[in-house]
Amino acid sequence: MIKIQVIYIMWLRQIKRYWRSKSRIIGSIGQPLLFLVSLGFGMGSMYSKTQGGNYINFLAPGVMSQAILFMAIFSGVELIWDRQFGFLKETLAAPVSRLEIVLGRVLGGATISLFQGLIVFSLTLLLGFRPVSWLMMPVALVLMFLIALLYSALGTGIASLMKDFHGFQLIMNFLVMPTYFLSGALFPLADSPQVLQMISRVNPLTYGVDGLREIMLGSHYLGLGLDFLVLGVVASVLLVISSYLFTKIEA
Amino acid sequence: MSHSSTATSSDDQASITVTLENNRPSIIQVKNLTKKFNGFTAVDNISFKVKKGEIFAFLGPNGAGKTTTIKMLTTLLRPTKGEIAINSFDPATQQDQVRQSFGIVFQDSSLDDELTALENMRFHAVLYQVPKEERKKRIKQLLDIVDLWARKDSLVKTYSGGMRRRLEIARALLHHPQIFFMDEPTLGLDPQTRNRIWQHIHELNEKYQTTIFFTTHYLEEAEKMADYIAIIDHGKIADVGTVKELKKKTKTDSLEAAYLQITGKDIREETVSNLEKMRMRVKKRRGR
Repeated sequence: MIKIQVIYIMWLRQIKRYWRSKSRIIGSIGQPLLFLVSLGFGMGSMYSKTQGGNYINFLAPGVMSQAILFMAIFSGVELIWDRQFGFLKETLAAPVSRLEIVLGRVLGGATISLFQGLIVFSLTLLLGFRPVSWLMMPVALVLMFLIALLYSALGTGIASLMKDFHGFQLIMNFLVMPTYFLSGALFPLADSPQVLQMISRVNPLTYGVDGLREIMLGSHYLGLGLDFLVLGVVASVLLVISSYLFTKIEA
Repeated sequence: MSHSSTATSSDDQASITVTLENNRPSIIQVKNLTKKFNGFTAVDNISFKVKKGEIFAFLGPNGAGKTTTIKMLTTLLRPTKGEIAINSFDPATQQDQVRQSFGIVFQDSSLDDELTALENMRFHAVLYQVPKEERKKRIKQLLDIVDLWARKDSLVKTYSGGMRRRLEIARALLHHPQIFFMDEPTLGLDPQTRNRIWQHIHELNEKYQTTIFFTTHYLEEAEKMADYIAIIDHGKIADVGTVKELKKKTKTDSLEAAYLQITGKDIREETVSNLEKMRMRVKKRRGR
């Protein structure tokens, strides 16, 4: 039987570490803020001319997704950190199931990533972004949590296969950045070439960005039902795979 | 009443029989244990038994296979071959029962630096399901023993090496383990801290009959602290016995001389040569 207390303590550890690392919180706001300001204001007029709308509004759900994606992947990859600095052995030698450890870790990672998404959401409000309906915000929160859960599980799964940080750059260049740039976070996919649209369809973040735009801007591209379905199914599959890979770890 | 136990290092080696003084049951039983990494044999067909309440030392140079053996005994590594029974449980199929039976202090720190000492202890208490009503009392008691209660709310990253070691020992004892594994427990510590740590471990052994299994490459530590010593070299157990027995067998008057005769080399030289090898590797990497 699953021990909730074990999941809770693993979750709590992630939250405490996040909360105590102020530089990490501030540092991870930097990139979304840079995208918002430089692209939002720099390319805003061009966007308005071609698409007829406010680019900051279009960009806001995209950078929220970016903040969640980055934090979730890194919180998963933190497992390598724990392995290198020894803490992983404490959990691996404990009489608890590896599934409980993974669930606690992934849920903790997803929660801090959601916080990070909300911090960026607050920043977008300061820059003039307003969601079309505040009543729909709880739905947006659920969607943001699903994105966070999916990438936290993915990060944990990848980290289970890695022994050190040597492959970290590989993850950044060949997973995180392409995921972000090919999700439609920065440009409308509907007007992009067919090939790009096809590639973006196999990228789970596309559904996250699309879902947030539907909820916050009222736009319609893939459909909110499909967004939730894809994110839910992929997150569940990745959670199962990550748990399996984690059980295979040897100290 | 006395009876015998065996420790055999490989098929081609003669069985080494030692007389054990206590008649308690074996709490650790290892038979033909082998671990290979990509063709390299780290632990080579070793067998030994440790009785309940004993202090048992694995003495050998760096790279002898001590840590690999501890990892296999504590479910962290799967053996290539062989049988293990920890408190009558099989680490391969009864991991939870095995893990509940022991506490472990690893060679390297396994504390969370970003948490306080108290939080590290609470975390461990939950993982090991220490009853809620007992947690506070036990944590206070153990942190008092290792003189860390006053610093309980400090982040571990502010602790010195000795304080970390003491905290790890306190944490490993929180769930009242029957077996206490320690991998090079006093490595890099000053003599004063080393003595204090050993004093705590002895008290624990006497008070609760906790079985202590530790690895070391310090001859003095093995001689002074252990009831039984297994000398391990190149993944094989070269001999096992009390200090007195090892000296008697080799007709020598010190453990150092006995070690030299059993393994054909001086453990101090071996340690130095390993350090030298590491330095050479670093120099090579730096291109010097």
